[in-house]
Amino acid sequence: MTGTRRSPLLTGLTGIVFVYSLLPLVWLVINATKSQEGLLASFGLWFADDFSLWQNITQTLTYDDGVFLLWLRNTVLYVVIGAGGATALATLGGYGLARFDFPGKRAVFAVVIGAVAVPGTALAVPTFLLFSKLGLTNTPWSVIIPSLVTPFGLYLMWTFSAEAIPVDLIEAARIEGAGELRIFTRICLPLLGPGIVTVLLFSAVATWNNYFLPLIMLKDPSWYPLPVGLDTWNSQAATAGGEAVFNLVITGSLLTVVPLVATFLLLQRYWVSGLAAGAIKD
Amino acid sequence: MTRMVPTIGARKRRATAARQHLGSPRRSNRRSWVGLGFVAPFLSVFALVFVAPIAYSGYLSLYRTRLIGGTTFVGVQNYADVFGDTHFWSALARVALFLLVQVPIMLVLALAVALAVDSGRLYGAGVFRLSIFLPYAVPAVVAVLMWGFLYGPQFGLVAGLNRTYGWSIPNPLGPDLVLASIGNVVTWSYVGYNMLIFFSALRVVPLALYEAAAVDGASPWRVIWHVKLPAIRGSLVIATIFSIIGSFQLFNEPAILRPLAMNAITTDYTPNLYAYFLSFSGQQYNYAATVAIVMGAFTMVIAYLVQLRGMRGMGDR
Repeated sequence: MTGTRRSPLLTGLTGIVFVYSLLPLVWLVINATKSQEGLLASFGLWFADDFSLWQNITQTLTYDDGVFLLWLRNTVLYVVIGAGGATALATLGGYGLARFDFPGKRAVFAVVIGAVAVPGTALAVPTFLLFSKLGLTNTPWSVIIPSLVTPFGLYLMWTFSAEAIPVDLIEAARIEGAGELRIFTRICLPLLGPGIVTVLLFSAVATWNNYFLPLIMLKDPSWYPLPVGLDTWNSQAATAGGEAVFNLVITGSLLTVVPLVATFLLLQRYWVSGLAAGAIKD
Repeated sequence: MTRMVPTIGARKRRATAARQHLGSPRRSNRRSWVGLGFVAPFLSVFALVFVAPIAYSGYLSLYRTRLIGGTTFVGVQNYADVFGDTHFWSALARVALFLLVQVPIMLVLALAVALAVDSGRLYGAGVFRLSIFLPYAVPAVVAVLMWGFLYGPQFGLVAGLNRTYGWSIPNPLGPDLVLASIGNVVTWSYVGYNMLIFFSALRVVPLALYEAAAVDGASPWRVIWHVKLPAIRGSLVIATIFSIIGSFQLFNEPAILRPLAMNAITTDYTPNLYAYFLSFSGQQYNYAATVAIVMGAFTMVIAYLVQLRGMRGMGDR
């Protein structure tokens, strides 16, 4: 709505939530500049006397033979194959459900909507037991395969396909004699862009941030993704006798957060419109 | 959505009921197996990571493994044990309390911000919208580590304030406050996400509704109460259901915070933490599978009831 007067009071009140949301991130940035000694000696929300950001980054990347870089590689691997695959499956499936009728479609609908309500963590233990029977645990596949399914992504692509693709366009292509696969790749896929970016972004976040699943599936630290790796550093630092590497935990956290935040900021035009389209059906 | 074009033939008519139920359009949908070909890749992986584990844990829950005697069929004995297990009930009571306090606070805050951003009365609304959403992109591990440091006795903000100003803020990681501290981390992570869901729904409220309200001279509060909230009711229900599911499966935050608060966060702190420690410390896989099934069933029933309650009378307005 346009033409309404702006309100300093309302802006101030929303500003409180704004400060609340950014305060821990500001803390993270400030404290990533401190050495281990500086962390203990200085006030949390201001800089210490020394500025150690660059040393911290170097130390984070090289500590324990550069295991952080290994975790980063694993995370990227899981995100590219897991979230990329999840988006592909959700797009194909959502399109199929929105644009075709086939026997058993109602059953698919019921099962997938039911699956949204199944707690993911409750599934994790049985999945672990099943995967260990299949010999998949402690391999990258044990993290990638469960990431390939996003019922919410399927639902979003379903509603998005139903809204974004003009029926006449498909009809015309069919009259021209184009095959269904060709219609999908040449005509429909470009129209689904914002929906695809949205699903890709949200499954990328889910995979990048995944903690519980890799925690139970993986034993070998060289296959850990970043969140599990950071957690082991933190536990090590909190254990009596362990080497205190809080400065590495903090700097590593910052390096873990930055790529995702940057991606969200760069792609906001796409995912904001994708979410809005998903909301139409409510 | 119900732009139904007159169709020809019994084949089409038979599909109509299903289509209306599914809310999916329209005239050029072909009834054929081609569609299944598009859905098949999703369904096959879905079967492997959703259906098979549920079936497998159902199977496991009917057996029991002992050191002596091996694996035996015990029927519903594991379920009976879960229902008589005080660890399970205290964990369930804890997440229920969490749900009743944290979810309303988070959703009301999210709704308030969404309404403020949508009102057009903020300076820099776009900056607010994006910044408040950002914590969603922060991994749970990092969120808990950051807040854990802020709470912590060593170089935390609480400790710093106590030292600098001589205050005596109680330890946020002590047994009395740790649940509230976890609630704060969860609220911080998801308030922006929920805000964005509500905001997206507010954006597609038909302008005609606002115009009608303006003609009637309705105040902003009345517009919120009588136009905006009813219009986004579907989103409110969905966000509530997702938050309930999230509360019942509370695991990451207490698990990661545990090294900092060993005394406060026990191994049976939440049902999921309990199931986790049963399987991975106690090797009691059969019993853990039973706990997981009972929690899953419990969550689905509650989510379903909320949906029924939330959607009731939706056609009234």
